[in-house]
Amino acid sequence: MSGGNARPRRGAGAWPAFLVIAVLLGLWETWARTSDSASILFPAPSVIAAVLVRELRSGALVRTVGATLGRLASGLALGGVPALLLGLTMGFSPRVRAAVDPLVAAAHAIPKIAVLPILMILLGLGEAPKIAVVAAAAFFPLLISTMSGVRHISPIHFEVAHGYGASAPRVFWRVLVPGSLPQILSGVRLAFNAALLITIALEIVAARTGLGATIWLAWQTMRVEELYASLAVTSFLGVGFNAILAFAGRRLVPWHSTPEI
Amino acid sequence: MSFRCEHLSKSFAMRDGFVQALDDVTFSVGEREFVSIVGPSGCGKTTLLKLIAGLLRPSAGSVVPSAAPDDGRPASALVFQEHGLFPWMTVLENVAFGLETRGVGRSERHERAMTFISSVGLAPFAHAWPHQLSVGMRQRVGIGRAFVTDPRLLLLDEPLGSLDAQTRFLLQEELLRLWTRSRSAVVYVTHDIEEAVVLGDRVLVLTGRPGRIQGEITVPLGRPRKLEYAVDEKVTALKWQIWKMLEEEARRSLALSTREPVSSVEEPVP
Ligand SMILES: Nc1ncnc2c1ncn2[C@@H]1O[C@H](COP(=O)(O)OP(=O)(O)OP(=O)(O)O)[C@@H](O)[C@H]1O
Ligand SMILES: [Mg+2]
Repeated sequence: MSGGNARPRRGAGAWPAFLVIAVLLGLWETWARTSDSASILFPAPSVIAAVLVRELRSGALVRTVGATLGRLASGLALGGVPALLLGLTMGFSPRVRAAVDPLVAAAHAIPKIAVLPILMILLGLGEAPKIAVVAAAAFFPLLISTMSGVRHISPIHFEVAHGYGASAPRVFWRVLVPGSLPQILSGVRLAFNAALLITIALEIVAARTGLGATIWLAWQTMRVEELYASLAVTSFLGVGFNAILAFAGRRLVPWHSTPEI
Repeated sequence: MSFRCEHLSKSFAMRDGFVQALDDVTFSVGEREFVSIVGPSGCGKTTLLKLIAGLLRPSAGSVVPSAAPDDGRPASALVFQEHGLFPWMTVLENVAFGLETRGVGRSERHERAMTFISSVGLAPFAHAWPHQLSVGMRQRVGIGRAFVTDPRLLLLDEPLGSLDAQTRFLLQEELLRLWTRSRSAVVYVTHDIEEAVVLGDRVLVLTGRPGRIQGEITVPLGRPRKLEYAVDEKVTALKWQIWKMLEEEARRSLALSTREPVSSVEEPVP
């Protein structure tokens, strides 16, 4: 049993990606340093990195990211939990689905940011309307993924459970939840990405704190390198969360031969 | 007696009317008896098993279980045509599931499931996921899940239908061995006439849809059965007898499916 190593090596795919990014950053750096016009709109990566280090030292970065993550997390929780519950119910019950589906389709199509002014009139100018908008953005992707996760469970699994006399709670925990978990997790990812986008967008139009506000302020004062620094942090947040979810997916859905996440 | 079906009929409501799957089916199965059922595809065999298992309600008639002492054994366990293993449970958890629903504690059910898994030589796969098993192994796990609950009646729906000839042969042997050691009666649905004869004490032959009992054949072979019986003259004669019962229905359904397109070709073209 020696020699033949049939198992594909973990992470074998990561190096080419790093290489591509490194080469692109190198080219960008060289270009920005040699061309004056480029450095105005496209400051060198080293300049952007210096801004990040400075803001990290001063504590500004932590405050900014904290404000954004606060809105993001509250919105995700506020929108995600009802989305899960309603999604499971709609997946399971054709009657509830028929009753609610048209409403969901209609509401899903509305750009959530467009509702912000109305919510600000209703909920005031504080954090509440912003979190409500993030919640709405997170709600729909998770709802739809959860529902389709339940609907894709093969009917035979419910029949087997009933055949062995499983109680309703057992069917819920042993069939419904694990059976829809792969799609729920990809729904969480979609919800996070939608919530991150909307958080940045509403911070641009209606907040004084957070990454979106920082981006907008940097643009208005033509501190382009600060704008890029905020964009880089946003991108890091996205990559980081998706990596965490991929890891969680491998842990939570170990039976999947090819994880969907 | 293990249970009895009395004048069992089942229709399904469809968009445009009804499909009658079963019509007036009456038979009984004795304690620890092995009854095979053969019939053309779509004649209601799966429907019959689901009715017996209580997963469907009969449109008419009834399933009467024996007046059994309440010793905690489940009345029946059904092994589906497509094994129906839960992909999110390991082999061990799948086999233990029938005990889990009956409230058997975790360590006891895992112990009982493990004993079964070892007895069929699947111990190295106890913690594997179903997708990591071959089709034959999955089928054995599905059968095992039913056996460990020690049911009064084991309902098997073409459990070996998707297997190659060699594997099927070996698993028939294993199935007989498991059944001999158990206390269960078996209703075994198959489309393989030889399998029905070699395994069963009796063979029920159903008609095409709606399924009715067309005939019943007692298999004059002793127990314990050896699979050498497959080449026994008595078996060959019985196979022929059953085939004669099924032939007309089979031909009719074949003719139906081949003639229709021909007649449309014969339409005169203006
Ligand atoms: N839930 C259902 N709703 C409507 N019709 C059904 C339903 N279940 C079965 N039928 C119909 O009842 C008939 C018998 O089906 P069944 O699955 O019992 O046949 P079968 O003998 O098991 O066939 P096969 O040998 O192909 O497995 C078929 O015509 C089928 O279309
Ligand atoms: Mg069937």
